[in-house]
Amino acid sequence: MSEWWSYRPEDFLLFSPRVYWRMFELHNAAVWPLQLLTLAAGVVMIVLVARGQHDHERAEQPWGAYGRWIAIVLAVIWAFVGWSFLWSRYATINWAAAYVAPAFALEALLLLVAAVLADGLTFDRRGRVAWAGYLLLVFALAGQPLLAPLQGRTWASSEIFGIAPDPTAIGTLGLLLLARGRLLPWLVPIPLLWCLLSGMALRTMGAPEAVASFATVVLVLAALFAPFRDRRDASA
Amino acid sequence: MRTTRRTFLQGSVAATVATALSPVAAHAQDKTAASRRIPSTGEMIPAVGLGTWITFNVGNDPLLRDECAAVMGAFFDAGGRMIDSSPMYGSSQPVIGYGLQKFGRPEALFSAEKVWTSSGANGPRQIEQSSAFWGVPRFDLIQVHNLVAWEEHLRTLLEMKRAGSVRYVGLTTSEGRRHDLLERIMRNEPIDFVQFSYNVVDREAERRLLPLAAERGLGVIVNRPFRQGELTRRLAGKRLPGWAADLGVASWAQFILKFILSHPAVTVAIPATTRVDHVRENLAAATGPMPDPAMRERMAAYVQDL
Ligand SMILES: NC(=O)c1ccc[n+]([C@@H]2O[C@H](COP(=O)([O-])OP(=O)(O)OC[C@H]3O[C@@H](n4cnc5c(N)ncnc54)[C@H](OP(=O)(O)O)[C@@H]3O)[C@@H](O)[C@H]2O)c1
Repeated sequence: MSEWWSYRPEDFLLFSPRVYWRMFELHNAAVWPLQLLTLAAGVVMIVLVARGQHDHERAEQPWGAYGRWIAIVLAVIWAFVGWSFLWSRYATINWAAAYVAPAFALEALLLLVAAVLADGLTFDRRGRVAWAGYLLLVFALAGQPLLAPLQGRTWASSEIFGIAPDPTAIGTLGLLLLARGRLLPWLVPIPLLWCLLSGMALRTMGAPEAVASFATVVLVLAALFAPFRDRRDASA
Repeated sequence: MRTTRRTFLQGSVAATVATALSPVAAHAQDKTAASRRIPSTGEMIPAVGLGTWITFNVGNDPLLRDECAAVMGAFFDAGGRMIDSSPMYGSSQPVIGYGLQKFGRPEALFSAEKVWTSSGANGPRQIEQSSAFWGVPRFDLIQVHNLVAWEEHLRTLLEMKRAGSVRYVGLTTSEGRRHDLLERIMRNEPIDFVQFSYNVVDREAERRLLPLAAERGLGVIVNRPFRQGELTRRLAGKRLPGWAADLGVASWAQFILKFILSHPAVTVAIPATTRVDHVRENLAAATGPMPDPAMRERMAAYVQDL
C-alpha cells in the first residue's frame, strides 16, 4: 500500500484494550478447568528437566524419554493454543491472527519431529543459559497469571500457560534455553516472533505487559548469541 | 434530482446570508440543520452518522455485543441513519448485523460499507460476504476503502449501481493521505460520495477537497471527527468557552461536531462510540444553532490556543 510510512502502529490495532482483556476472561471460562492441567504439565516439565539434568550427571537414566515427553506435550499445547485461541477466538477481533495460527500449527509439527528424532531435543543444558531458561519458565507459569490482578483486572482474565499464547511462547522459550539438539534452531523463531508481535500489540495498547514480551526476546537472543554463552556446558 | 453546482451555490449563498445576519444561524432553520441533502439525488440524510472502527470490533463477546446493539438502538431512536463499516474492521460487520436483527432491521438504516481488497476480482465476493454479515440485501453506499485497487473496484461499483444493486458509490481516505489522488478521482469519476478526515485541528481538507466536493456536487462523509478519541480526551479537562452555550454546545464533542457540520460542503460526520450517552450527545450536535464562518474561526483559534 502506498504511503505506508504515514501509518503508525495504532493504525493497525483493530480493537480496544477492554475487548482484548475480556477475550481472556471469556476464553478462560470456556476452557475451564483445562488451566489446571496445563499448569500441572508445566510444573511436571520443570521437575523432569531438573531431575533429568541431575540423572544425566550421574548417568543413571537414558535421557531421551523425558525429552520426548516434553516435546510431545508442548506440541499438543501449541496446536491447542493455535486452534482454540488464535484461530477460534483472537481472529474474530484481529484478522491477522488467522494468518499467525498456522505458524502455531507448524511449531507443533516441529516439536513432534523433535520428539521423534533421536537427537531432536535434549533438555540437559546447564550454566547461565539454563538459569535464564528456568527464569522464563517460572515466569510463564507463576508470574504472567499475576499480571492481570496487578494491572487491576480480574483473576479470571489471567493469561495461563498452555491456554494463552504469551505465557505459552515464553514458557516454551524457557524450555528451549534448557535444551540442546538438532532442531533447536527451527524451534526458537516462532515463539520468539510471537513475543515480538504480541509485545508490539501490547505496547500500542499502552499495556505494561509488553515489557514481559520484549524482555523475553532480549533474554533469549542474549542467551543464544551473547558471548556469555556457556560453550562448555553446551557441548557437555 | 441531481443537485447542480448552481442549485448548490444558491443554497450556500442563502445560508451565508442567513449566517451573516447573526453569528449563530437562527433557530428556525434548525430542523433542516439536523439533516443534509445528498448532492447527487437530493435525498435527505441526518448529518451525524455512526462509525464502527474499533468500537464495534468486539468479537463474540455477548456482553459487548449487547452494548453495541444498545448504541445502535439509541442511534436509531435519536433519528440516526448512516452506519459506516468496512471488511477491515474485524468483527464490526457481524456485530452490526446482530444489532440490526435485534431491532428488526430499522427502515431508517442507511448502510455505508466499503470494499477493501488488493484484488479487484475479489471485490464482488467480499461485498457479498459483507451484506451477509449485515443481513441486508444491498447496501445504500459502497466505498473503495483507502483507495485500495480503486480503479478496478470503482468499475465494479459503478456497474453495480447501474444494475441497481447499490444506490451510491464513493471512495475513502483518512488522516490526510493521498489527497492528490482523491482530488483527481473527484474531478474525473462519476461518484456520489467521498470520505476523509476533517476536524477543528486537521483542516487540510478545507483547502481543496471540501471546495472541490461542493463544486462537483459530491457528498462528503467526515471520518475521525475526534481523531479517534485523542481530541476529546485531550480537551476533556479543559473548560468550554462561555460563548459555546450560544451554539447550544454542552460538551467538547458537540463543539467539535458543530465545527465540522457547519462547513457547507460536509454532508455527514461519522463519530464512533461505545456509549449510549455519547451517541445521543453526538446526534444532538446536528441540531440547534450552527456557527457562521467567523465563529468557526473563533472556535478553531480557541482550541489551537488551549
Ligand atoms: N479510511 C477510512 O475509510 C476510515 C478511516 C478512519 C475512520 N473511518 C470511519 O470513521 C469513523 C470515525 O472515526 P474513528 O472511529 O477513527 O474516530 P472518532 O470517531 O474520531 O473517535 C472515536 C472515539 O471518540 C470517542 N467519543 C465518541 N463520542 C464521544 C463523545 N460524545 N464524548 C467523548 N468521547 C467520544 C469514543 O469513545 P467512547 O467509546 O468512550 O465514546 C471513541 O474512542 C470510524 O469508526 C470509521 O467508521 C474510516
